[in-house]
Amino acid sequence: MTTATDIAEAQLKMPALREPSVERRLFHRTLKPLFGTPVNAIVTLACLWIVWLGIKGAYGWLVTRAVTEGGAQACKVGHGACWPFYEAKLRFMIFGVYPYDEHWRVALAMILFLGAIGITMIPRFWNRNLLVLWGVTIVATATLIWGGVFDLSYVPTTQWSGLPLSFLLSAVGLAFGFPLGVVLALARSSKLPAIRVIAIVFIEVIRGVPLISILFMASVMLPLFMPSGITVDKLLRAQIAIIIFAAAYIAEAVRGGLQAIPRGQHEASSAMGLHYWQSMRLVVLPQALKIAIPPLVNISIGFFQDTTLVTIIGLLDFLSTVRTAMTDPNWVGIAVMEGYVFAAVVFLVFSYGMGAYSRFLERRMRLGYD
Amino acid sequence: MIHSKSVARWLAMGLIAGVTAVSAAPASAQSTLDTVKKRGKILCGVSPVAPGFSYADDKGVRRGFDVDICRAVSAAVFADPEKVEYVPLNTNVRFQAVQSGEVDILSRQNTWSFTRDASLGLDFGPVVFYDGQGLMAPAKLNVKSASELSDAAICLLPGTTTLQNLEDFFRPKNIKYESVVFENSDEWRNAFFNGRCDAITTDRSDLASVRAIANDPSQYVVLPETISKEPLAPTIRQNDPNWRDILNWSVYALIGAEEKGVTQANVDEFLKSEDPEVQRMLGVNGDFGKMLGLDNKWAYNIIKSVGNYAEVFDRNLGPKTRLGLTRGPNELWTKGGLLYAPPFR
Repeated sequence: MTTATDIAEAQLKMPALREPSVERRLFHRTLKPLFGTPVNAIVTLACLWIVWLGIKGAYGWLVTRAVTEGGAQACKVGHGACWPFYEAKLRFMIFGVYPYDEHWRVALAMILFLGAIGITMIPRFWNRNLLVLWGVTIVATATLIWGGVFDLSYVPTTQWSGLPLSFLLSAVGLAFGFPLGVVLALARSSKLPAIRVIAIVFIEVIRGVPLISILFMASVMLPLFMPSGITVDKLLRAQIAIIIFAAAYIAEAVRGGLQAIPRGQHEASSAMGLHYWQSMRLVVLPQALKIAIPPLVNISIGFFQDTTLVTIIGLLDFLSTVRTAMTDPNWVGIAVMEGYVFAAVVFLVFSYGMGAYSRFLERRMRLGYD
Repeated sequence: MIHSKSVARWLAMGLIAGVTAVSAAPASAQSTLDTVKKRGKILCGVSPVAPGFSYADDKGVRRGFDVDICRAVSAAVFADPEKVEYVPLNTNVRFQAVQSGEVDILSRQNTWSFTRDASLGLDFGPVVFYDGQGLMAPAKLNVKSASELSDAAICLLPGTTTLQNLEDFFRPKNIKYESVVFENSDEWRNAFFNGRCDAITTDRSDLASVRAIANDPSQYVVLPETISKEPLAPTIRQNDPNWRDILNWSVYALIGAEEKGVTQANVDEFLKSEDPEVQRMLGVNGDFGKMLGLDNKWAYNIIKSVGNYAEVFDRNLGPKTRLGLTRGPNELWTKGGLLYAPPFR
């Protein structure tokens, strides 16, 4: 017969009973998958060994064997990271051929831009003030980079290069590509055949050719159709090509989201008296875009890296400035590893940042798929 | 990436061929000199990266041999070598950029060849650098001549004519070889240094710089054969004789100045020279600049701000640089080379 005291006693004893089970849970969760069977244990040890080798190698290269003083000659003899290379070339690798004395302008513009992105990423600030923030940021960064007003010297777009150019191409490409992509996605699922066919042809043609050939068309073909003497800015041509390309891919990601929304949602919003645009804006798109977050982030990361392709039409994106730095006659053949490692780290930081933010967004929207 | 690049290359070649068939050369309403003067700067197409020929220094300023050619023209036109905007151009868009008016001069290690001259709607200026494709092998292979390279793995970079020249050289001799193409010059160089290639082939000037980069240059020998002629000449649009004259004589001023011993440092003393040709060249006597539509001091300005040919060569490519090139055929005709400027009279 159980009395109240028995239960109370039992409850008192329970923590004592649970304690080993906590350890066992720890074992089950972490150690057992790692060392549960001999095979697992061997795989785990092998992986640890590989990780250790990697860390040891990286540490040796970056620190113990690193060449910290002297010039190119010291680095040629040494076998570690060549810090003098970074010292001499860091600003060039980041800012490229932008006038040296004006680097502060692009640097400030980048800080403003990244700051605005940082603020935009925090859900607490999601309101109409963001539009004001972006309006100000765009005007300020454009003024800083372009110049020509307020005593700032004019810097032609041919001198825009390096990391700011990569940011510009991918950010503007996505910013304009996104609305265009959403419109295309809606057009593709439209009931009007003419609109649907145009959208399908546009999307499939753009997706059917590599970005590099679109860039090529924009940079090689376009000028030949222009009256002689009139040239459209090369950067603008590349930017338009990237926008069009981004739009086609975004359209397909968004269409995936749209198709995941059950018909009932459309019907329910019609039943409430919402017309097409209202139901899309208020009911369907918010849900569809949430679903489309992972593929959209995928596209964003991809486009940030795809901007390196503009090198083929002679624009100096970040990777090209790094490679240009490595082929300075003073450094050629010496700082190959250093240059590529730097480029890899920068790309990794920004791409990982985007990925991490998308996982945060998914969790916040309660849409985790794992 | 590699695939799409080669697709792009084919596309470009097709486009250029097609476009030139349709529109030979866009006849510009205005002369290039007027356009350039109105714009206030020269648009100069250069290679994005070519050690010694066109590269950016620590401060992002463009330097190099090809760059100095544009600076010379700028000095002739504006009395200021810095009135140039550099447009980096890749191999596959370079000629189209001249045709469409995107650049006024293409100074980009272009080989002057018959088809390019005759069919692309382009004109070539004087040869500024005589190059030729050569081969380099590790010294330990003990190869004395390219003909001994049978069954060798020869590494090369994708170029419009590199592979074809190799084929043209080896096929008549019935020598079998394996060509290995690298997309990236760092990979290509390291593959050679690490012994993955029995030999590499490219222009001799590049071979010399690859050798200079090696940890121990004495381990590599440049083979004696020059398997192709690569006269590098700046390129402009066809049908603008005045602009062509300006380009030609800007280059001849560099060469002529070296011949007369006029340098950046002593050009002011030469203004008092008794030599009538120097007097005409530097604008002390005669109206030579006017005939080109320029200031009479045009050549003085070139030498004062850019130097003569020897100075341009030594600064960018010469033995004191890491590329360490010798003049070779790019020596004055008086010293057994090929450089020859017509007389200033």
